[in-house]
Amino acid sequence: MSKLEIAVTVNGKKVSGTVEPRMSLLDFLRSEIGLTGTHMGCEHGVCGACSILLDDVPVRSCLMLAVQANNHSVTTVEGLCNDDGSTGELQDAFRDAHGMQCGYCTPGMLISAHALLEANKDPSVDDIKEAIGGNLCRCTGYIQIIESIQLAATRKVEAGSS
Amino acid sequence: MTSNLHYISKKRRVKEDKRFVSGTGKYIQDVVLPNTKHAAVLQSPYPNARILSIEKAAAEAIAGVQIVLTGEELAEHIDPIRLGLKLPEVKWYPLAVGTARYVGEWVAIVVADNPYLAEDALELIEVDYEPLEPIMDPEEAFEEKSRLVHPGHGSNVLYHGHFTWGEVEDDFAMADDCLSFRARWGRSSTVPIETFGALASWDEGTEILDLWASIQMPNFVELLSSTLRFPLNNVRLHQDVDVGGSYGVKRGIKHSVLVGYLCRKLRVPVRLIEDRLVNMSSGDAHGPDRIFDTNVAFNKDGIIKSLKIRVLDDAGAYPGRGPHQLAKPISAIVGPYKINSVDYEAISVTTNKTGQVPVRGFGQAPTNFMIETAVDKVARHLGMDRLEIRRRNLIKHDEFPYEIPSGTKYDSGDYHAVLDKVIDKAKYDELVKRRDTARKNGKWAGIGVTTCLEPSGGNNIFEYLMEPGAEITTYMEGCEVRVDPHGKITGIMGTTTSGQGHETLFATILGEDLEFDPDDIRILHADSLNGPPTRSPVASRMAIMLGSSAAGAAQKIKDRAMKIAAFNLGHPIEDLEYSEGNVFLRGDPGQKLTWQEICFIAHRSYHKLPAGMDPGFHAENVFQVPGGGKLPDEKNRVQIYPCFSFQAHIPYVEIDPGTCKVEILDYVVGHDCGTVINPDIVRGMMIGGIAHGIGAALFEKFSYAPDGQFLTSTFADYLMPSVYEMPPVQEVEHCTPSPLTSHGQKGSGEGGYLGAPAAISSAINDALAPLGKSIHELPMRINKIHELIMTESET
Repeated sequence: MSKLEIAVTVNGKKVSGTVEPRMSLLDFLRSEIGLTGTHMGCEHGVCGACSILLDDVPVRSCLMLAVQANNHSVTTVEGLCNDDGSTGELQDAFRDAHGMQCGYCTPGMLISAHALLEANKDPSVDDIKEAIGGNLCRCTGYIQIIESIQLAATRKVEAGSS
Repeated sequence: MTSNLHYISKKRRVKEDKRFVSGTGKYIQDVVLPNTKHAAVLQSPYPNARILSIEKAAAEAIAGVQIVLTGEELAEHIDPIRLGLKLPEVKWYPLAVGTARYVGEWVAIVVADNPYLAEDALELIEVDYEPLEPIMDPEEAFEEKSRLVHPGHGSNVLYHGHFTWGEVEDDFAMADDCLSFRARWGRSSTVPIETFGALASWDEGTEILDLWASIQMPNFVELLSSTLRFPLNNVRLHQDVDVGGSYGVKRGIKHSVLVGYLCRKLRVPVRLIEDRLVNMSSGDAHGPDRIFDTNVAFNKDGIIKSLKIRVLDDAGAYPGRGPHQLAKPISAIVGPYKINSVDYEAISVTTNKTGQVPVRGFGQAPTNFMIETAVDKVARHLGMDRLEIRRRNLIKHDEFPYEIPSGTKYDSGDYHAVLDKVIDKAKYDELVKRRDTARKNGKWAGIGVTTCLEPSGGNNIFEYLMEPGAEITTYMEGCEVRVDPHGKITGIMGTTTSGQGHETLFATILGEDLEFDPDDIRILHADSLNGPPTRSPVASRMAIMLGSSAAGAAQKIKDRAMKIAAFNLGHPIEDLEYSEGNVFLRGDPGQKLTWQEICFIAHRSYHKLPAGMDPGFHAENVFQVPGGGKLPDEKNRVQIYPCFSFQAHIPYVEIDPGTCKVEILDYVVGHDCGTVINPDIVRGMMIGGIAHGIGAALFEKFSYAPDGQFLTSTFADYLMPSVYEMPPVQEVEHCTPSPLTSHGQKGSGEGGYLGAPAAISSAINDALAPLGKSIHELPMRINKIHELIMTESET
């Protein structure tokens, strides 16, 4: 099968690759550039484990082809870490409120939560539910995830006002 | 119990979470070896069909395809996968041999350079089938004499056992009244977001088969090696793989046998990752599917005297360890109640469905649902309050240890106290007013009440009840603790982890007992060849078993430090005190040996070690199940599980009469699992278990059409709770320590799943009571409730 050249900005860095047109963006991120933080859950767009930001909008990387990301920017869970690799504010809030168990859905949850908090500094519980309504978690029953996002929002507000 | 603790029961970050939030968890899909090849499976489209021929040349001709393997070829080189029960004519191979027995059964496997190519090749394999009539209904399967899933076995019955504990007939004869009912638990499961996967690599130089897998399974390596006809010590399972959720079901033995066989044959690493379709249809991950016919004897005052239970379970085509889920609930067969006697008839049948595996609670959730249905029905029959009937029947605080008719002693509990706390938290009287107001406003509103047990700690002795001769009387857990020459502590455990926070558990207990910050303690998952003995994290057992094992190892480390200090300080041990690793003379803290000095001596200064002490600084400890170790007596009475956690659930639901949609508006749960090691972990498992329970109660079911077609192969068909389906959950904690464990801890991993389905059912039935309706079949979907409403009222 013929291959196509693509150039994608991933977590702020320019990445290029040669891919089959049928390769999913998820497989490209995981297998071609080694960012394994994004997870395959259902491969039909329901569970949200593979969520990434495409030009700052959450999308399912299992439902996109890698070639569709050509000349776009992608943020994965690895991109939410600080530059030195330490965990970022949102990630710390998930740690402090234990917003996970097995960790498999966590990257997708973080991506959805990140997009929410970028757009809405003071989200209500309903806002949070809407943001993660497309991310399935089988471990937590969601409540500690909601609390993690609330904690992150509160800290952001406090940091902004101090 | 918790007042003097530094780390146990304290809110602290969970060790594992750092890697999970940063995207650096190492799941099976993240493990890649150089030159790894990828497998994909061809699935049967028929529920029952003879395989007449398989044409694979076209698939094998594709460049990059390494092999196409069929069941006939594979079966020449391996043994059938051993089943939980001795059923010699039920032969389970990873690929169908001769006959495919359910829709989705694997018929052939392709290995190719990448997964896309492997799937291309599947399309070119041509199989000629002769379809046969399937048997799908478990009751028909039980009666059927000629249409047999496994003709060589002679019937569709895999297991039929009958136990009587106590004077059942006398109790029924003397009771004021009795009633009978049927309750049905649907074929649901826990369906982790990560599918199962395995990667295997054969090293001809060392003759070791290395395996990485998202596995949570006792006996896994033993099964794998015996199926592949390898000596056990030729197989090395790497247990440092993060498992993306399991809750019992990650048991991909056939997947692992396949990659194990293929990597050796092809001399390259081979991996098989289920896609979601394969996972749902054929990943061997369906849970119990049960019909309970129960008869309950009781007096007019609400005291329940006896139970007669007949349960028919549909194990699917290949039973694996599924049927044993009928036996474990014997450990709490009367729930938290003082029921005098029990008759228990358990039947497992085979049908043309995917095989059943253990699911969270190992059969306890369906059993609790049945017991709670019985209690509610007696209350309704007598016109008695559902809280009151429970108060009258619950075992009292001063009656522990309490021995139930089947011979198990419950370790400890204060059921009435927990129930009262939940009633307070739920503001029960106000809740009743709210329900009644909602009813006046046209809603069908209901309050659920459930009190139930979580048997925890694990013990395989129930196998003996099903099959005398299975003399397994230990279900131990080991660990090793190493202290390095610099004084740093490393704990080594022998199993994988799948979200339960075992590293946090282990480090917290070591930190508590050795008086070091758990954050500074490293925890490793050994591989199966160099690790301590384990029976895997099933049965809500790790806090009890790994926790107590860790405490025992910590004590050995401490004892060694004390002996070294006593020898070097020249004082008897009785005069010394241990504090944060340092050992000093009581009353004269200046005379001391620091932890650093002790560690250096242990590793480097043989001349400073007491006579007879080996150099080095490590301890192994293996913990036996408390109260285990015995075979059943002649009346089939035996201690099955050691510890019993208690839960009380009070959900509030409203049903829209127009749509029949059930909305859970509030949920209060009280939980007593003894000493909590990490509060966030325990709370998470409790709430997460409730989410699973809501799924099982309202939505989740693996459905088959009458002709055997599988109808729920995607997340659009198999519906699971999203954040919108989760009610706010208020929790109340209570701590009745177990006398049997290191710090009073009990199990909590099976959590709310063991009570939530019963509680939601109780609430829905309360909501439907004014209509004269009742429903005892899970899941209680919108359409089921609608059908019920449209039928004539019950008398």
